[in-house]
Amino acid sequence: MKLATMHDAIAEYVHDGATVAIEGFTAFICFAAAHEIIRQGRRDLTLCRMTPDLIYDQMIAAGCARKMVFSYLGNPGVGSLHCVRRAVEKQIPHRLEIEEYSHFGMVGRYIAGAARLPFYPLRSYLGADQPKVNPRIRFVASPYDDGQVAVVPPLNPDVAILHAQRADAEGNTQIWGLMGVQKEVAFAAGHVIIVVEEVVDEATIRSDPNRTVIPGLLVDAVVHEPYGAHPSYAQGYYDRDNQFYLEWDRISRDEAATTAWLDEWVDGVPDRAGYLAKWEAQEPGFKERLTPGTAVSQPVNYGIYG
Amino acid sequence: MTDYTPAELMITSSARALAGERVVFVGVGLPNIACNLARHTVAPDLELVYESGVYGARPARLPLSIGDPTLVSGATLVCPMPDLFMYYLQGGRIEVAFLGAAQIDRFGNINSTVIGSGADLVERYQQPKVRLPGSGGACEIAIHAHKVFVIMRLRKRAFVEALDFCTSAGHLDGRRGARVRLGMAGAGPQLIVTDKAIFRFAQDTGEMYLATVHPGVTVEEVQEEVSWPLQVAQDLTVTPPPTPEELRLIRKELDPGGAYTK
Repeated sequence: MKLATMHDAIAEYVHDGATVAIEGFTAFICFAAAHEIIRQGRRDLTLCRMTPDLIYDQMIAAGCARKMVFSYLGNPGVGSLHCVRRAVEKQIPHRLEIEEYSHFGMVGRYIAGAARLPFYPLRSYLGADQPKVNPRIRFVASPYDDGQVAVVPPLNPDVAILHAQRADAEGNTQIWGLMGVQKEVAFAAGHVIIVVEEVVDEATIRSDPNRTVIPGLLVDAVVHEPYGAHPSYAQGYYDRDNQFYLEWDRISRDEAATTAWLDEWVDGVPDRAGYLAKWEAQEPGFKERLTPGTAVSQPVNYGIYG
Repeated sequence: MTDYTPAELMITSSARALAGERVVFVGVGLPNIACNLARHTVAPDLELVYESGVYGARPARLPLSIGDPTLVSGATLVCPMPDLFMYYLQGGRIEVAFLGAAQIDRFGNINSTVIGSGADLVERYQQPKVRLPGSGGACEIAIHAHKVFVIMRLRKRAFVEALDFCTSAGHLDGRRGARVRLGMAGAGPQLIVTDKAIFRFAQDTGEMYLATVHPGVTVEEVQEEVSWPLQVAQDLTVTPPPTPEELRLIRKELDPGGAYTK
């Protein structure tokens, strides 16, 4: 049975020293999973994301990470990731190894990982310095005499944790909105934990097969966790909490304030339900603030054949 | 209306440069407002593409980030990021892209990775004074967009003789054909819009030159903020100010809260 609590899914699939990818490009970032990983005291993780966002800023501040593989180190739309910067510039809380690509490079790494290729060729890094500081970015000659092309190695995380709107109990997962590299990461990873706003019946999935992005074939655990992406968002369910992204900029500039926030909001709550109850107590009606208007798509007719 | 902020002048100058363009890669902040202003004025057919995987975005509110949910609702097409990078960008479909820069050199090469003072690149990278965001999509955008526009503030610490790190290639060492020889498909930086002046690039030297100064700004004031001896256009002119209609669009419709224009 794949349905699991977040606690059990993390306990079973995320181990010390693992390579972990919690993707989602601004959207569908599973903060609930990150917070559970912090609560369970995981250490020495290699964290992979295109943009670390607040999720890895928090996990790095909490001391979970040995290394980070990434392509953009900002708080999207706001500014710096202060905890990651403290780790890189001052080795606080401890030294952080970094392996840096560009967005296309990270995309290519996941594609190569998913498709079991030895490398992914891309026309990037020309005239730039990334290859001088990351020896894993290389140039090869095209076998068809077309000159040189950059290549990046495959990335196969030990575990991927992917948030989406809905899945069935088998883990057949549907996503609408920004797809990022969710699919590629699912195919590249050794284990996949899917976290959803809603668990739906098989018939709902089968009514719209074009919308199914990740097959249950890849999925080890399905966690039902409403608002599991907050302060990130799930298209159609809730908005990005831009207010909190701005607030984090203020909190994370100060080491003591960061630690206090993690103590209160991560270690100080038992789970995501506890986090949401605490948030509601602090800001009554916060869910209403984040609830978007309704914009349903025009339905399509797949037809009955037979 | 004769009063406008430097940011508003940067927006209108950038928007006008989009005349006749069809497909633009948008970042947040000033580029986003400039592209939407252009859609209402000189480039009504402009399609907004976001690196997060959106083609034909029609944001109902000013997006805070390039992954804002407002970019999805009502867009023409949403795609996975592999499609965006492979088929739209590397496939040569992006006509103009906006890039930001922490440092830029005279050939329009850009640093958004580290500020550091070591003699050695690896040392500057591994022990930076300031760790900047890094490439994101900038490295490949700089290669493949047909044209690159940069919007940034004119400051001496940004307009440098030598970059601490090259994140995104511009005209390289300035030699004619340098980009082509490296196999770069796009023509590189064409326009730098700042809060004091506008720069373009000379075809034969690949070097930035002062094209227009903003009203009330002198050439000397501009040179003070540039670390190398600045080339100045023979036919230097004053940057045309925003029109009342452009300001109305910016202030009443595009950024009524003044988040970016103050």
